[in-house]
Amino acid sequence: MNATLHRRDVVDALLARRGKLLVVAGLGSAAWDCAAAGDHPLTFPLWGAMGSAAMIGLGLALAQPSRRVLVITGDGEMLMGLGSLATIGARRPGNLAIVVLDNERYGETGMQKSHTAYGVDLAAIASACGFAEAGTIQKNPEIAAMRSGVHGGSGPLFYQVKVKREHLPLVLPPRDGTWLKHRFRNELLGKSATA
Amino acid sequence: MPKHAATTDWPSDIHKALGAHQVRQLSYVPDAGHKRLIEFCHADKHMTVVPLTTEEEGIGLAAGAWLGGQRAALLMQSSGVGNCINMLTLAANCGFPLLLLVTMRGEWGEFNPWQIPMGQATPGTLALGGARVFRLERPEEASATVEAAAKLAFDGCAAVAVLISQRMIGTKTFEEKP
Repeated sequence: MNATLHRRDVVDALLARRGKLLVVAGLGSAAWDCAAAGDHPLTFPLWGAMGSAAMIGLGLALAQPSRRVLVITGDGEMLMGLGSLATIGARRPGNLAIVVLDNERYGETGMQKSHTAYGVDLAAIASACGFAEAGTIQKNPEIAAMRSGVHGGSGPLFYQVKVKREHLPLVLPPRDGTWLKHRFRNELLGKSATA
Repeated sequence: MPKHAATTDWPSDIHKALGAHQVRQLSYVPDAGHKRLIEFCHADKHMTVVPLTTEEEGIGLAAGAWLGGQRAALLMQSSGVGNCINMLTLAANCGFPLLLLVTMRGEWGEFNPWQIPMGQATPGTLALGGARVFRLERPEEASATVEAAAKLAFDGCAAVAVLISQRMIGTKTFEEKP
């Protein structure tokens, strides 16, 4: 793989002027990338529960059909929840997008190759599961179309973004799960969060 | 009809209890014991029903639903409890409400030896994962038990499982064709 995209540039492009976008960040590098783009009350970063990011996105998208929901996660995290692509494909929520930052490695555990390094095609799996749109992003000019899909396209949408293997400075989000939950609900639901 | 089958309409009672507690997302991996409850939920226009490929997906779904202001419940067979263990960390770390309704296998009159280990380990597995465990042994207690569990889950922000006894559901045999 000769990826040219920098993962944090991709996340910055998706989250700049994010409006009312709701974001779930999968554990590890994807959560650090979202923190580097700027901690936000409507970003829910995961520190565990590997494989759950897409399903949390589905529950959120079904509960908030008038809002856009974006799951940003890594290839390893997505591989652990592959079945959730079938579950999302069966429900087909129009307001959900999944972006997989695919460096073909388990970046937090010693950069072991993930299955995508051996040719497993996540976008093809999403497409076969019935996502309205599923594709691979490899070049800078393709990012604008992905961004407009995430913010307004008819979903469910799936983007597998091939990114460089990089060792980046850690930027950590808050790690108290209960606090993150309350912060998200207070921002989204206002007074009814505590009703 | 099996000897120990329910004598009241407990699937309907459970469905009504879920509705009374504003459960809006209902996910499941099917079990014969949940057949009628699943049908009631599919027919309920106030519920979004999400069939899962594996039980742990439902724990993520419930967390996302709660973030978005909705209540969820998850139906499974006892063999699926083992699939959920690591995901229970969402409830333990974040205080996400979790309402699991588990039909038991591997206990009362089980004919399939492969159901026994996970069935016997189900209450302990849930307790170790931080869930509160209720037992539902009698059909006439279905409504009160599920209501109590829902209150604890959603008002108490707790992970709660209701284990529905195999004796109450009726022991499965291969002689009875659906």
